[in-house]
Amino acid sequence: MPIRTEPMTVNVGPQHPSTHGVFRLRVTFDGEEILEVEPVFGYLHRGTEKLAEERSYVQIVTLTDRLDYVSSMINNQAYCLAVEKLLEVEPPDRGKYLRTIAAELQRIASHLMGVGFFLQDLGTLGTPLMYCFRTREKILDLFEMLCGARITVSYLRPGGVFADAPEDFWPALDQFLKDLPSEIGELEQLILENEIVMVRTRGVSPLPLDVAINSSVSGPVLRASGLQWDWRKVEPYDAYDRVEFDVPVAQNGDNYDRFRVRMQEIHQSARIVEQCVRQIEPGPVRLELPLVLRPQPGKEAYGRVEASKGELAFYLFSDGGISPYRCKIRSPSLINLTVTEHLLVGWKLADMIVTLGSIDINMGEVDR
Amino acid sequence: MAFQAITGQALAERLNEALDSPVDRWDGDAVWVQPSSVEQVARFLKDDEGLDFQYLNAISAVDFIDCFDVIYHLTSFRRQHKAVVKARLYGRESLALPSVYSVWRGADLQEREVWDLMGIHFQGHPNMKRIMLWEGFDGHPLRKDYL
Repeated sequence: MPIRTEPMTVNVGPQHPSTHGVFRLRVTFDGEEILEVEPVFGYLHRGTEKLAEERSYVQIVTLTDRLDYVSSMINNQAYCLAVEKLLEVEPPDRGKYLRTIAAELQRIASHLMGVGFFLQDLGTLGTPLMYCFRTREKILDLFEMLCGARITVSYLRPGGVFADAPEDFWPALDQFLKDLPSEIGELEQLILENEIVMVRTRGVSPLPLDVAINSSVSGPVLRASGLQWDWRKVEPYDAYDRVEFDVPVAQNGDNYDRFRVRMQEIHQSARIVEQCVRQIEPGPVRLELPLVLRPQPGKEAYGRVEASKGELAFYLFSDGGISPYRCKIRSPSLINLTVTEHLLVGWKLADMIVTLGSIDINMGEVDR
Repeated sequence: MAFQAITGQALAERLNEALDSPVDRWDGDAVWVQPSSVEQVARFLKDDEGLDFQYLNAISAVDFIDCFDVIYHLTSFRRQHKAVVKARLYGRESLALPSVYSVWRGADLQEREVWDLMGIHFQGHPNMKRIMLWEGFDGHPLRKDYL
């Protein structure tokens, strides 16, 4: 005879080692099974959109670093593309390539964090995470050479990048690209076919494609559910129309697929960087623009990129002043959380933590 | 087939032809529809074979002091196109718009965000409460009169 239990409401977070930031889940359990779940956030809300209304167009670049702080380069890129759309300008070729290289290196770093913490949540206690950190550390070293900063990079500017790469950057990048396959290979060997990983993640919390689309899910989570859609391919920006790459896709949309798609994207990003290194030619890296940018009044732009978490976009509206009249950030992490309830209800507490890791959210971006 | 944008004019003609003239005006990129018809328009945009806007990219809102614009960015994966639909609300007090939650589930958190920060209420949303700020917070910080 089954033992009767009473439903119990528990707060997971706001401070919890596996909530990926200050994030709270209010969960009602029946024993170990999840009956109801409600994500609660806002703990890291800094009012970025309001701040942006008081900063000049170039200053806002530093605010974007602090959104998804493990993928600052891509945030910079989305914002700069939006400003360039407003001004109707395009960066010079070398600037475009440097931006693409920086963004793809950042994607590798961000996916490594996503995968590393996903495995950490699964209970692998450190080892794979340290493999991920090892590689990410080298990427941060490369960023330090590019712009002097490791996390809050602010390397991109409307119209290009603020400085050309130093000479010793290129051999360091070559070395990194040479080492990357074996480093990722070691990680893959360790976990990809691992029986425990398979049993714990395959078939767990599947996300059907129709639900994913209806819930505005984007990025690797959407592709894991079976839709081959990547804004880098659909609306190529910077140098993406000049490089070849595949868009990894999976069918089941379960935790394993989400994790697998990220691992495959790392290889594609490396492929893009290699092609950029081959194609890049000397030249200016930044367009000559006035120090204070004043786009035409009444103009609006929706600048979008395929960020590591999904579709990141800046909607800017200009009134002709030195700062945007409105700067709205379409944050992929926030919108991917729309499916939390669908993914978690009916599953167990131990799976909840893993599933949350598989969505790969970043609270800096959710709360803004 | 290349990905392209549907112009405001083309979309306005299509909407006026199929529905009971919901369009206020249009420009090169966007269509303004009457606030009361937002849900009806949304359902049509999603269900129509030729338009097929299954995906809601973003809901944004802009405060123009005497009026507010709520902006819907839409994409169709199958038809490979995108469009922008807007709704303009006049005044500053007790603003409300029909929710598109029942059409696109993805509107859930975004409509709550617009309510929280811009103070536009979405009627028919099952969980219309603040999202970034706490219940009991005074005002809506992204409005231009909030300092």
